[in-house]
Amino acid sequence: MAGINRHAKTMIATLVSNKRVGQYHQLILDVGGAVNDFRPGNFVAVAVGGDRSSMVLRRAFAISRISDRGAYGGTMEIIVAPHGSGSRWFCAQPEGSEIDVIAPLGQPFGIPTHPVNALLVGGGYGSAPLFGLAEILKDRGCTVDMILGASTAGKIYAPLEGKRAVNTLRIYTEDGSMGTAGRVTDPITELLAANRVDVIYSCGPMGMLRAISALTANTDVVHQCAVEESMACGVGICMTCVLPVSDEAGVVTMKRSCIDGPVMDGALVQWDLVGQVLPVNE
Amino acid sequence: MSIDLSTTLGSAWFPAPVFTASGCASSGKELAQFFPLQEIGAVVTKSIMTKARHGRPTPRMAETPSGMLNSIGLQGPGIDAFLANDVPWLLEQKARVIVSIAGETVEEYSSLARKLRAVPGISAVEVNISCPNVENRGLVFACDPDAAHAVIDGVRRTLGGELPIIAKLSPDVTNIVEIAKIVVDAGADALALINTLLGMVINLDTMRPHLGGKTGGLSGPAIRPVAVRAIYQVHAAMPKVPILGMGGVASGRDALELILAGASGVSVGTASFGNPEAPIKVQRELAELLAVRGFNSLREAVGFAHRVETQ
Repeated sequence: MAGINRHAKTMIATLVSNKRVGQYHQLILDVGGAVNDFRPGNFVAVAVGGDRSSMVLRRAFAISRISDRGAYGGTMEIIVAPHGSGSRWFCAQPEGSEIDVIAPLGQPFGIPTHPVNALLVGGGYGSAPLFGLAEILKDRGCTVDMILGASTAGKIYAPLEGKRAVNTLRIYTEDGSMGTAGRVTDPITELLAANRVDVIYSCGPMGMLRAISALTANTDVVHQCAVEESMACGVGICMTCVLPVSDEAGVVTMKRSCIDGPVMDGALVQWDLVGQVLPVNE
Repeated sequence: MSIDLSTTLGSAWFPAPVFTASGCASSGKELAQFFPLQEIGAVVTKSIMTKARHGRPTPRMAETPSGMLNSIGLQGPGIDAFLANDVPWLLEQKARVIVSIAGETVEEYSSLARKLRAVPGISAVEVNISCPNVENRGLVFACDPDAAHAVIDGVRRTLGGELPIIAKLSPDVTNIVEIAKIVVDAGADALALINTLLGMVINLDTMRPHLGGKTGGLSGPAIRPVAVRAIYQVHAAMPKVPILGMGGVASGRDALELILAGASGVSVGTASFGNPEAPIKVQRELAELLAVRGFNSLREAVGFAHRVETQ
């Protein structure tokens, strides 16, 4: 396990852009040449509240896209929903602010070596890191279909420029306010039945990831999901962000979503045991 | 001018006075990306038990004002896997290692100590008798004078005189000086002060306790004054017993406060969650603050808040 997070650096990054996009904020940070080590699925841990903050823990955000060109050399984009005290502080920072970040962290999405049929499924702002992933998959010759879902239209994150990287994009809202009324699992069932999918990449609420894993069980479809558990440190030392994961031999242990994830094999995550006490090893 | 930052805990000598806190550095590998582990005093490992343990259910943490609650429940690989994998790796990095142990019975502590006796290269053993995240609160040996004595006595007899024993105590007692005296009498060479305080957060959405384990250990700057008080009281009662101080240390200024109260070394815990470079940062800042105050060595500053006015 030596070499955990071997590209991670602590950095002071300048906030070069802060725009509201629907219910979310698109934040772009200058991280210079470090950006070359960032991969889709990596995340960033952001210190919030300033030097005298009573918020002692960093906030973890998926890195949605990167750019190694332009005036700043290297930038990363983060999509943030301002719903807690830390994320509200982050979204309230003016352009030009100096932000204390650690990146890149965690296991990224695995990229296939041969062109495959990839289905990308995003729930809420969980769609954000899928657009960067889509560009890379497209460059590798993959077919990229995307399905996004949320409870309502305002919680769908689908930037115009991101849509260019996908072959098809379908949107589902539970209240029918955008796209088709329903859940993302409805079309996935049809696509699987039609043998149109080799790999599913997913990011969003745990309930959605669990539901997709149930659909891909007993199929040959690989399900790479980016899990979300509340984290204190993001670097593997606090042991709070664990979830039960089986190894290839079927032995279940509590894995850290920060360093063993956030991208995990959905078939190995023991969804029924999340939040439970595991039986004692003998 | 360079200051002598070396310190001792019992017979163990350390070139530097800042340590990780047990349970806040995992096994050390995770922090090695952020600073060379050999530059701090020692890595204090997570508290290890006989068998592999899954720990408590999630959610395991809640941020609180200037602190956090954790409810891990001593998740770990068990002593045999730990000694086979984690300790050799730390020693390869030239890090000094303090192994923290935790047991469910007096006998488990002794049998863990027996396994450590045969391991070369360990600097000291931290006997964690105060972890709050256990199902049975009776397991908190540090809250019961007889149980605290029995554990330390058993470990001392098993280890013989070789490895220094650091007893980690709980602040959740009426009289910490009484417990401190009892464990020193039982053979502890040094004391680790303080473990987390037992706390709870209620989730207003579910209107139930937020943590899967319901209660958790409170740590971070919120508890620093409690640590300073406990260290001050114990140092006043037993000035010759070295103390490894911990509790909300996030800067050199915080570390110096604990040292002036009587700590010979300082562990950085929760601050590492917010900044994995915190241990080395605290150590650098501490060296500067000691120099500014005219100290030639760390040792001169230990317990300096207790000095008698001479005029």
